[in-house]
Amino acid sequence: MTLDLSLLPDGGMPWITASGPHADIVLSSRVRLARNLSGIPFSPRAGDAERLRVLHQVREAAADTALLSRAVLLRVDELTANERHLLHERHLVSRELAELDAPTARCGSAVLVGDEAALMVNEEDHLRLQVFRSGFDIAGAWERAAQLERELGERLPLAYHHEFGFLTSCPTNVGTGLRASVLVHLPGLVLTQEIGKVLTGLQQMGLTYRGLYGEGSEVVGNFFQISNQTTLGRSEDELCDHLARVVAHVISREAEARRVLSRDAGYIIEDKLWRAYGTLRYARSLGADEAMNLLSGVRLAVGMYLIGGVSVYTLNKLLVFSQAAHLSLAEGRPLTEIEANLARARYVRGVLAVEAGEA
Amino acid sequence: MLCDQCRERDAVVHLTQIVEAEVTQLHLCEKCAAAKGIETTVAMPKHPLGDFLHAVQLQASPAAGDQVRCAYCQASLRDFRASGRLGCAQCYTAFEGALRELLRRVHGSARHRGHEYEAPVVTGDATALELLRERLQQAVAAEEFELAATLRDQIRALE
Repeated sequence: MTLDLSLLPDGGMPWITASGPHADIVLSSRVRLARNLSGIPFSPRAGDAERLRVLHQVREAAADTALLSRAVLLRVDELTANERHLLHERHLVSRELAELDAPTARCGSAVLVGDEAALMVNEEDHLRLQVFRSGFDIAGAWERAAQLERELGERLPLAYHHEFGFLTSCPTNVGTGLRASVLVHLPGLVLTQEIGKVLTGLQQMGLTYRGLYGEGSEVVGNFFQISNQTTLGRSEDELCDHLARVVAHVISREAEARRVLSRDAGYIIEDKLWRAYGTLRYARSLGADEAMNLLSGVRLAVGMYLIGGVSVYTLNKLLVFSQAAHLSLAEGRPLTEIEANLARARYVRGVLAVEAGEA
Repeated sequence: MLCDQCRERDAVVHLTQIVEAEVTQLHLCEKCAAAKGIETTVAMPKHPLGDFLHAVQLQASPAAGDQVRCAYCQASLRDFRASGRLGCAQCYTAFEGALRELLRRVHGSARHRGHEYEAPVVTGDATALELLRERLQQAVAAEEFELAATLRDQIRALE
């Protein structure tokens, strides 16, 4: 199977438009629900036939739901390593489902991609449904995720325990199976060295943070994914409200840090950010982390109104399309690291030149 | 099982560590464990799953843990200790007592407060029945009679 990304609505990234609230600080809000079918062992312990049966049942049930009736099914188990990397770079599949380092993904691994929701099948749980929203909109994401879950739950017998709630492969997800997360860009707090206090505060509030690509990923480009730590003992609304309240506070701290920066270090910051922009506009070779950090600088400059004429949408697009698997797809062949760095610089230059009206 | 360190005495301390999703297991005798500064209370990793596995260890002695198996998927507490993953939904019933305590540690509560759910009543659910019958055949062939009896009950309930 060849991956035809043009089939995916919004390329599977409805959040990329930067149309949501606080889009200059918050890239996306996501609600994920983990569910399993009763009567079939959890995916890691299930045999191939059972995994295929899960896929078949989920697919039929999803066809009857409002959010996934026109979804595109991608059989992850039939994709090449680069194609799986690509879906991972778009946040459509987790590291676990994509099995990035394996020659093939496990039998029955798949993802259904709809306009507003996506559904991973046979990850560590049979179903991982997720809804992404642009900007800061946890409530919107939860509302849609709940609707989809209700529709699926009416058609599929889900594993549920009267005391423990929805049962999951890993007990850290049991109960609501809900992980709400917000991907925030916090360069102001990093530059003013306030970030440590904020992150410690998050943990004291029962929240956790990770890098751009979730569990196990490093923090690069000042992007932090903030999410709830526990899933049991509180209702879905309580978990979402709590996260939203804390993130709203983090956003105001970031905004305050940016005010402090422009007040106390105006020209130094301005110079630093224009240099980042200059490098992206003219460099001939860009490393992956380097590009991420420079893009972080330009994103901050746009948020502080220091640089005009570059949209947050373009910056979101650059963030995804300048990654290795996307560059490799655009070039139509596998790339060495040096080739990828050259291709990355060429691609970024091109996009920014168009944005500046020079091409 | 022999101690990983001295290879002489029986291992009585089983240490599971998860670092960056990498699971390592160390089996030590009492003496080597003490020499390493590990008593029966092993160092508690910061990761929530680490706490969890640590708690499993405190709860069930390894010998008892090895014996308890889920009748449905045959996963044991030992499997859970090694992987951090349960085998199937029935594991939650099979290991209910241990899990309740552990969930309390990890989540601060063992009671679901989210929305309640009742699975759709699928009368004569062909797929579920078919699946159970398949597993029953396998269980009988493997002479796992205890599992077979459980499966037979489940099939009767569905029929």
